[in-house]
Amino acid sequence: MEHALDIALTVNGVEVSRRVQARVHLVDFLRDELGLTGSHIGCEHGVCGACTVRVNGDIVRGCLMLAVQANGCKVETIEGLSDSGELAALQKRFHEKNALQCGFCTPGMLMAAQDLLLQNQKPTREQIREHISGNYCRCTGYQAIVDAIEETVHGKG
Amino acid sequence: MKAPLFAYAKPRTLAEALELLATHGEGARILAGGQSLIPSLNLRLSAPELLVDITGIPGLNKVTSNGKSVTIGALVTHSRIEKSPDIRKHVPLLAEAAKHIAHAAIRNRGTLGGSLALADPAAEYPACAVALDGVFTISSLRGERQVKAADFFKGLFETDLQAGEVLTAAEFPSGGRSAFHELTRRHGDYAIIGLAAHESRFVFFGAGAIPVFAKNASKEKSLEKAKEALKRDLDPPADLYNSRATKLHLAGVLLERAWNTLSTSR
Repeated sequence: MEHALDIALTVNGVEVSRRVQARVHLVDFLRDELGLTGSHIGCEHGVCGACTVRVNGDIVRGCLMLAVQANGCKVETIEGLSDSGELAALQKRFHEKNALQCGFCTPGMLMAAQDLLLQNQKPTREQIREHISGNYCRCTGYQAIVDAIEETVHGKG
Repeated sequence: MKAPLFAYAKPRTLAEALELLATHGEGARILAGGQSLIPSLNLRLSAPELLVDITGIPGLNKVTSNGKSVTIGALVTHSRIEKSPDIRKHVPLLAEAAKHIAHAAIRNRGTLGGSLALADPAAEYPACAVALDGVFTISSLRGERQVKAADFFKGLFETDLQAGEVLTAAEFPSGGRSAFHELTRRHGDYAIIGLAAHESRFVFFGAGAIPVFAKNASKEKSLEKAKEALKRDLDPPADLYNSRATKLHLAGVLLERAWNTLSTSR
């Protein structure tokens, strides 16, 4: 029985090979092995959304997927999406609307918001709220976050 | 917290997976989407010796429709159930229910088979499966068998699945009118109470240890009588926030909503 396995995956466009313990979840692997600390660890049981990353194009909870399950996958994190400029418009609006308070939930919020914008170019305020309902902001700054996403959609501000 | 130490195997065929499950018995757990198993590992509520990841097995992620029924592989995710044209057209109850499960990031990985096999009393699919009169396919080294949804759910997180068995697919009849309603404090939370209705079958979830078929209410021809009958059908346990009486009242509210949906789509 194997407790550690060799995996190979692509992270933000870079090919990565490592030997990992089966028990290590994806976000610990990204943070501890690869130094990509933009994805945060909040609750570690799938409730808070701070660890949201993209795997093969779909957003997932980084704490509810094992690193070994990402073998052969294409993983994208907040660092990759930020560097590529994909999140530039959202980041600008988050800044303008003061939608970051302590900033802990922001990477996950941006990942979830961008996922919505890719599926629906003109989401309503209700749809925005629904799509980020799995991301907690402990500062409870939701109004500003929803405002920032809404203004990105409508190109206002 | 972090998960305890466990071994991991990703078999390439169903036969290989069944072999591993038979060899390791109680020490092995099946890993599909992992959206319930991994939190329970992280919280150290579960400590298996081996995880058998079944996501590499071909054929378990298909949706097939033959006009009479739709067969959904165990590995089909909630997101796919929500979006699949075949499911939306022929088994809309499931597509509607999927929207209520957790959040987008979780729906992208959680699976139909995982939800049915776990049998959480507040989960959406078990109640839908009972309302739809679905049939599950279960495989083991002994062969394949079929079990009706109504006979599958046995108790709190307890099903007809035996050691060494894997739920591989679920089949649902096509067509018919249906309605799905669920009450939660916030979107994606566990249901306070929910209702899956198909034709004249009303099945509640979050109303007991397993999906509860409201057999008396389902026979009635008028809404008033059906709501009255519900008091004989349901005995919902109180939770931290809602008493038995509140849940019973809310069950009546959902019944009325479903009744109206079903009569307008008649």
